[in-house]
Amino acid sequence: MNSTTPNSFRTGPDEDGHFGIYGGRFVAETLMPLILDLDEAYTTAKNDPEFHRELDGLNTHYAGRPSPLYFAERLTEHFGGARIYFKRDELNHTGSHKINNCLGQILLARRMGKTRIIAETGAGQHGVAVATVAARFGLPCVVYMGETDIARQAPNVFRMKLLGAEVVPVTSGSRTLKDAMNEALRDWVTNVDETFYIIGTVAGPHPYPSMVRDFQSVIGTEVREQMMAAEGRLPDSLVACIGGGSNAMGLFHPFLDDAEIRIIGVEAGGHGVETGEHAASLTGGKPGVLHGNRTYLLQDDDGQITEAHSISAGLDYPGIGPEHAWLKDAGRVEYVAVTDTEALEAFQLCTKLEGIIPALEPSHALAHVAKIAPDLPSDHIMVMNMCGRGDKDVFAVAEHLGVEM
Amino acid sequence: MASDKTTRLDRRFAALKADGRAALVTFLTAGDPDYETSLAVLRRLPEAGADVIEFGMPFTDPMADGPAIQASSQRALKAGQNMIKTLQMVRDFRTGDDETPIVLMGYYNPIYIYGVNRFLADALEAGVDGLIVVDLPPEEDEELCLPALKAGINFIRLATPTTDDGRLPAVLNNTSGFVYYVSITGITGAAAPDAGAVAAQVARIKSSTELPVAVGFGVRTPEQAAAIARTADGVVVGSALVNVIRDGLNEDGSVDAGTADRVLALVSGLADGVRGAASAEAR
Repeated sequence: MNSTTPNSFRTGPDEDGHFGIYGGRFVAETLMPLILDLDEAYTTAKNDPEFHRELDGLNTHYAGRPSPLYFAERLTEHFGGARIYFKRDELNHTGSHKINNCLGQILLARRMGKTRIIAETGAGQHGVAVATVAARFGLPCVVYMGETDIARQAPNVFRMKLLGAEVVPVTSGSRTLKDAMNEALRDWVTNVDETFYIIGTVAGPHPYPSMVRDFQSVIGTEVREQMMAAEGRLPDSLVACIGGGSNAMGLFHPFLDDAEIRIIGVEAGGHGVETGEHAASLTGGKPGVLHGNRTYLLQDDDGQITEAHSISAGLDYPGIGPEHAWLKDAGRVEYVAVTDTEALEAFQLCTKLEGIIPALEPSHALAHVAKIAPDLPSDHIMVMNMCGRGDKDVFAVAEHLGVEM
Repeated sequence: MASDKTTRLDRRFAALKADGRAALVTFLTAGDPDYETSLAVLRRLPEAGADVIEFGMPFTDPMADGPAIQASSQRALKAGQNMIKTLQMVRDFRTGDDETPIVLMGYYNPIYIYGVNRFLADALEAGVDGLIVVDLPPEEDEELCLPALKAGINFIRLATPTTDDGRLPAVLNNTSGFVYYVSITGITGAAAPDAGAVAAQVARIKSSTELPVAVGFGVRTPEQAAAIARTADGVVVGSALVNVIRDGLNEDGSVDAGTADRVLALVSGLADGVRGAASAEAR
């Protein structure tokens, strides 16, 4: 889209929330005043050292940050090419990177005097993280989750309930993440005064995409320091999976202006992008407007949103964060897709060789690492974001492998 | 934005004001439950008492709509409705009625994908008078609102209970045709609004604009319509009508023969309510 390279890839969005043509604030009038309030509250908090002190304290003592940067020695040997590191965000409290964002947003909710928390969830990782911070701060919490996802992520549903959240099954549309987001927006438009909506990814109306990115950027910021300590230099490449794109943006953003670093986002290719049954918005979609922002969407010729497909409930979304859309058009980040089958193979390989059971979401990133690492030189340093652990997925994986439990 | 051109909406609201009564604004989703039934109902809405017609452009993800209108969108899409067909229905309607204003209502993505300029040209040619696009607030006016006004199509904005006095001027700016006051914070088809609270809000908006103010969300019965009509310039009814279509579907998915008549009978009842309110109150 841009013929000239900007001086920096890290200055967006503009004050109206645009990353190039992407982003924006496409919401109903009822929500618009709330979005403006949120923008103002976040801008104030962002510039308040006390807010950061509180968030840093929770990150350290509650979430367990910094997460380790781990040299995956046996996978490196197995692939016989690049040196592979995992950023171990699956070791965070609640088992994924989602807690990074939820801690930031709940502190903001408290500053704004909000007394009720709502959220959408796909795989349940964000829902669990929201239910966790709501429990920690004593706020009632409602999580919207597609009926299809409830069936395939039963352990997380039970965890949310144990944490005191109300899990509302969503039966409209495709009964997955996008429909859960519609339902959360309908709740918010109804309960405007007391409710704070904790969006789980770098999407939605401004300021959510940049706010969630800022909270997740702790991932990449830590990697910079940790890699300097481990190798004495920055990595050569970064790889992360993408659903809405929050773990990827968190890893990528602090490195966007390091032009020599290759950055790769891995989408869920489902049964294969060519089959039409996938969740690869950037690889197989086109720009449109949904859920408050303009971005790449899976849609038909009439602008109707089509259903995403992925083995991973967390990637099963027909859109993507607007900053990713902009980075794709600008050519700064490469976006690729891997299939369900390739992700399943990577899931098993990582479990056997590293003793780490990855979530199905980062298994997609690993599947791409498996494709490119063998052909890279042994002095090439690659960091993959291990953004979630796979305990929640073992039942679903067993079913796919034909194992009865 | 003041426009020199009077539109069907301007003429209709001016005529009703002269008559001393509010407008009945009916909402139905284009192509629900199928093209033929929907077109048949559309053609007969004016004789049943609809003063202004809102026609929904179906969308897969209607974020501001309740279950009734969500379901109507799904039925229409399943029956093969798309933007070209929706515009064709307006064109067909115009062959028999050149007076009743038609406002297309929906979400931005189907328009964006159709192409804004192509959409405005085709809508104008088909006889569309106004647009209500739920997910285009004033902050996104450059997308469609300004091009629509330039093309001579009214852009009707929603004002809501969260639109405070500080924000109201931004909402009214670039609004034309009428202002649609959303009577509750919530989705379409939710709880009925409190007529007293609505009256105060309508008065607040009218003190800031010359435009007619129509009130919708949650109005179901002739009595509720009459209560709103005493203070507003228009009453919008949608979910209640859409539910009559839902109830007219047989188990095998076919449409019961009397469905169109039952929708129109409810429209007539609502029209009686709105018209009856006029004699009760000096406007």
